[in-house]
Amino acid sequence: MSKRIDVKDLNVYYGKFLAVEDVNINIDAKSVTAFIGPSGCGKSTFLRTLNRMHEVIPGARVEGEVLLDGDNLYGPGVDPVTVRSQIGMVFQRPNPFPTMSIRDNVLAGVKLNNKKISKGEADSLVERSLRGANLWNEVKDRLAKPGSGLSGGQQQRLCIARAIAVEPQVILMDEPCSALDPISTLAIEDLINELKDEYTVVIVTHNMQQAARVSDKTAFFNIAGTGKPGKLIEYGDTHTIFSNPTVKATEDYVSGRFG
Amino acid sequence: MTSTLTPVRKRSALTKGQLPKAAPYIVLALALVVGAAILALVGFNAFGWGLVSAVLFAAGLVGWSAAVEGARKAKDKLATCLVVGAFLVALLPLISVIWTVLVKGLPGLLDPGFLNTSMNGVTGAFDNKSAEEGAPVVGGIYHALLGTVQITLLATVISVPVGLLTSIYLVEYGEGKALARAITFFVDVMTGIPSIVAGLFAAAFFFAVVGPGTKTGAVAAVALSVLMIPVVVRSSEEMLKIVPNELREAAYALGVRKWRTILRVVIPTAISGIASGVTLAIARVIGETAPILVTAGFATSINNNVFGGWMASLPTFIYTQILNPTSPSNPGPSDQRAWGAALVLIILVMLLNLAARLVARIFAPKAGR
Repeated sequence: MSKRIDVKDLNVYYGKFLAVEDVNINIDAKSVTAFIGPSGCGKSTFLRTLNRMHEVIPGARVEGEVLLDGDNLYGPGVDPVTVRSQIGMVFQRPNPFPTMSIRDNVLAGVKLNNKKISKGEADSLVERSLRGANLWNEVKDRLAKPGSGLSGGQQQRLCIARAIAVEPQVILMDEPCSALDPISTLAIEDLINELKDEYTVVIVTHNMQQAARVSDKTAFFNIAGTGKPGKLIEYGDTHTIFSNPTVKATEDYVSGRFG
Repeated sequence: MTSTLTPVRKRSALTKGQLPKAAPYIVLALALVVGAAILALVGFNAFGWGLVSAVLFAAGLVGWSAAVEGARKAKDKLATCLVVGAFLVALLPLISVIWTVLVKGLPGLLDPGFLNTSMNGVTGAFDNKSAEEGAPVVGGIYHALLGTVQITLLATVISVPVGLLTSIYLVEYGEGKALARAITFFVDVMTGIPSIVAGLFAAAFFFAVVGPGTKTGAVAAVALSVLMIPVVVRSSEEMLKIVPNELREAAYALGVRKWRTILRVVIPTAISGIASGVTLAIARVIGETAPILVTAGFATSINNNVFGGWMASLPTFIYTQILNPTSPSNPGPSDQRAWGAALVLIILVMLLNLAARLVARIFAPKAGR
């Protein structure tokens, strides 16, 4: 239950502005890939093109191909809604639905689409997803309470549970720990390690130690200057990127000499 | 063991140069006494007493503060006096209106049958009798109350879907589009339309479509919805705008379609604000008089059909009772009925405002642990 992603010659635009230029990257199934790079270099923008969330912003568009196990996400006639139900996303700030209980938040992907589900199936889906997000033990006694009453780290894990409840092939995470304390961050990182047994995980992070800890492969993005497009500078095994990068800019960045 | 002696002082060095806590009350008492004395010289009246005392109080307190506490504190006192004074001035008409309506309206409201009889068959002869012989005032506002409720309800049924859907278009689909800008402009224009113009529009529209002289509750409801729609659009638009974009994106990322996202995530999140906005819009139009006079005419008997026949409402009832008393020679009973109706109208608006708060609280997203 996971698919690989291959990106070919991808250019990402906001209106006329070229935000990310000419990205080619191959992401293996059941692996964790980290995107690192300075702020504004287009990591998050690029991540959002991988499940067609980019085009939610007015004027945003894409040139090139993103292949999910060979199928082009941007091919003619592809429904972005289908794409998004296969490629889930977790955002920077935890965003549980404030009007729903914890249980309904987990079931949101099912219920909002009006899919029929029996109570027993729903119960087992809720438990499975919350266990998958390492949250079950903390919330099992208060599933009917609002999700907004949880702590930030718990809310983020609730959002991960919500994302895996729709059983996607790929999970994209956009700086999932940047609003969290170190303990919650550790919980999420452990979770990412478990998730890769079943899902392809792509994570954007500003924290290089985090990238080194959780990812199999790392992609370094950089930007030549303000107003210039972001580019993929180097992509390889995390170990190589952090210990023996081939590009000078990568070495400078991971060793903390700039950015 | 040695111990350092802490110097014993009566007052802390940090609190010197302060007025005693009772200072405002002392100044107020003095101002009231002196104010009364001054007014006694020129002829006493309550309004003048209040005004003179207020000026004396402000001058006294600021002056005392300037002498003891310094210029900064004195300016603070002056600003406080101005702010509190402005608040009292703003409050005066409100309290005065409520007091007047209560005093004049209560006898009418407490009249047996006031709420459950109409003016059908009530002639000047009855009013003359009650004015001259002390017989109880007959007749009531049942027909007007019924008309107000029906017309307002129908206006709400028309306005809420139109207004809500418009605001959904503006916020969710129309961003940056010429049509959306045009709608926003015309909604702003509509907000400023005088109510009588809305009434004339509705009357002319129905004259042209249904036939000349069409005056029913439904025509009045259309006129009121012309006034209500912009208010509903504006308030719902603001409420939808403050729904965080993150929630929409969260729903999209789960593979939820846009219309379902709007229906199941955006609107439930904003519903408390939308509902209270609608309630306030109702409160805004429930007291309209002019558009109802030209669209629903005026009736003295009960009319249960909004789509046929003239219909009374509370504001038009008040208007006609004051302007054309049932008994021209003895307007007292008509006066009493009009004030009673005014009291009922104010109570209705207050209940609506309370309902708005209640609705907002019930629908608000709960954050419990």
